Amino acid sequence: MGMIEVKNLTKKFGDVTAVDGLTFNVAEGEVFGLLGPNGAGKTTTIRMLCCLISSTSGEAQIAGYSIGNDADSLAIRKMIGLVADNVGLYEELTAYENLDYYGKLYECPEGERKERIEYFLKMLDLWEERDQPVSDFSKGMKQKVAIARALIHDPRLLVMDEPTANLDPEASRVVREFILKLKKEGKTILLNTHNLDEAQRICDRIGILKTKLLTVNTPDELEKSVWGTKSVIQVESISPRILTAVMELKPKDLRVEENRIILTLADPQAENPDFVQAIVSAGGRIQFVTQLNPGLEETYLKVIEETK
Amino acid sequence: MRLSKAWTVASKDFKTYTKKKSILYSLFYFEVVVSIGLPFIIRFIASKPGSVVALPNLIDAFSFLFVIGAALAPVGIAAYSLVGEKVQKSLEPLLATPTTDEEILAGKSIAAFLPAIFINFMGALIFTVLVDLFTYNTLNSLYYPNWEIAIILFLLAPMACLLSVGYNVLVSSRVSDVRTAQQLGTLILLPLGAVYVLSEVNVLTLNTSSMLIMAAVLVVIDAVMFYLVKATFQREEILTKWK
Repeated sequence: MGMIEVKNLTKKFGDVTAVDGLTFNVAEGEVFGLLGPNGAGKTTTIRMLCCLISSTSGEAQIAGYSIGNDADSLAIRKMIGLVADNVGLYEELTAYENLDYYGKLYECPEGERKERIEYFLKMLDLWEERDQPVSDFSKGMKQKVAIARALIHDPRLLVMDEPTANLDPEASRVVREFILKLKKEGKTILLNTHNLDEAQRICDRIGILKTKLLTVNTPDELEKSVWGTKSVIQVESISPRILTAVMELKPKDLRVEENRIILTLADPQAENPDFVQAIVSAGGRIQFVTQLNPGLEETYLKVIEETK
Repeated sequence: MRLSKAWTVASKDFKTYTKKKSILYSLFYFEVVVSIGLPFIIRFIASKPGSVVALPNLIDAFSFLFVIGAALAPVGIAAYSLVGEKVQKSLEPLLATPTTDEEILAGKSIAAFLPAIFINFMGALIFTVLVDLFTYNTLNSLYYPNWEIAIILFLLAPMACLLSVGYNVLVSSRVSDVRTAQQLGTLILLPLGAVYVLSEVNVLTLNTSSMLIMAAVLVVIDAVMFYLVKATFQREEILTKWK
């Protein structure tokens, strides 16, 4: 059984459908990213999964507990750590007091709570500032405290809603590296983001959401499924003889840009040597062979564009 | 409902309020005026010849202000309770914890009730001591303690305080900014102020029996208020409609 199992989950606010028939699974230890434009339903999805709002129809289970069931909702909230899109710390309280409060609410025993607060504050370079009011902190420091707050009870599932939004590049990097560390430790993470670079670096799989879930795959497979697998062979100069030799091998698609031959292939690893051989036999001098990689951003934009 | 959870919420609020001076001061100003200022008015009147007849009625009327004070003192805290979480955007992480609505509401209510009722008792203690001190020579006996002040402090004031806390937590869960919450929150004083005015113009007599009836009515209203607060605290509405 997966950590998150979502089936036909739908949320309507009056006549407006915010989330429409969402179906996906997240395995234990997986980092799953939800990508989508503003208003795509990402935060609504997270709120439903964290039992903060109800669903209109469909079902979802977190580690076997159903989100629509009142009796299960406390158990679900206990096993989730939420980093909301706003840090939402108590500005008058110190970093330590903020974490201690949430540790108590998550029912951490006192000894364990103290240990974990010290561990996270040291790990996030905030131990020296532990007794300062959070109002004195920079945005990046506050975000670190918010992440520590979500982890204070050692949750089985960490849910993060735009964890690096509004952070400067340096703070974003610190947060991103911390998430990667959690990933290495095997923590299951559901990450809402529209930072595509972040999603590509961190997530095992991503789902592109625009009210409906448009596609789910690993970042690499997603690119392949959208663009196909393309090889680029750069030749010193392209002659008709070379093109004839290439076409005789019947690639799925062929495009020529200046001195580059761009081929769409079903299995590049198996087919690339044949094309290289053919070009060389036709008198071509190959400068390099590479895989065409449009990147997640182009892929995301293409998927979103296709829905318009 | 787990009381330890409610106490955790309340303890955090106590800590927050000690660092927010404006909220802290709102607890004191009325009590200071009533408990220290009014005994000096009584002292002035007691020094006039023939005041022995009017003095008891005046003292009783003034002592009813501790019912109003008990309702006023928690307004600042209770009105801030939930809207303050909203303004700081801390409500979503709080609601995401395994804490029930009842535990959150009870914690917020305890955080407003306990300091308010404590300050009210302290104010009443100062008031009664000063009144006895200033009127002993005129009345030739100690005016306090008596049954009226006991009913006020142990029945009416806690009931009025609870009503105010409930009403203000309710308001706080429905509005979007602290100022509106506090302005609407003070409306709870109107019916109690009306009782005070009616007693001053001799339409209503504040004696033991009338105050016991008032206490019984307040118990019923408190119970209805408790139900209303619980029924109107909708997590989804709070999260999705608050902008």
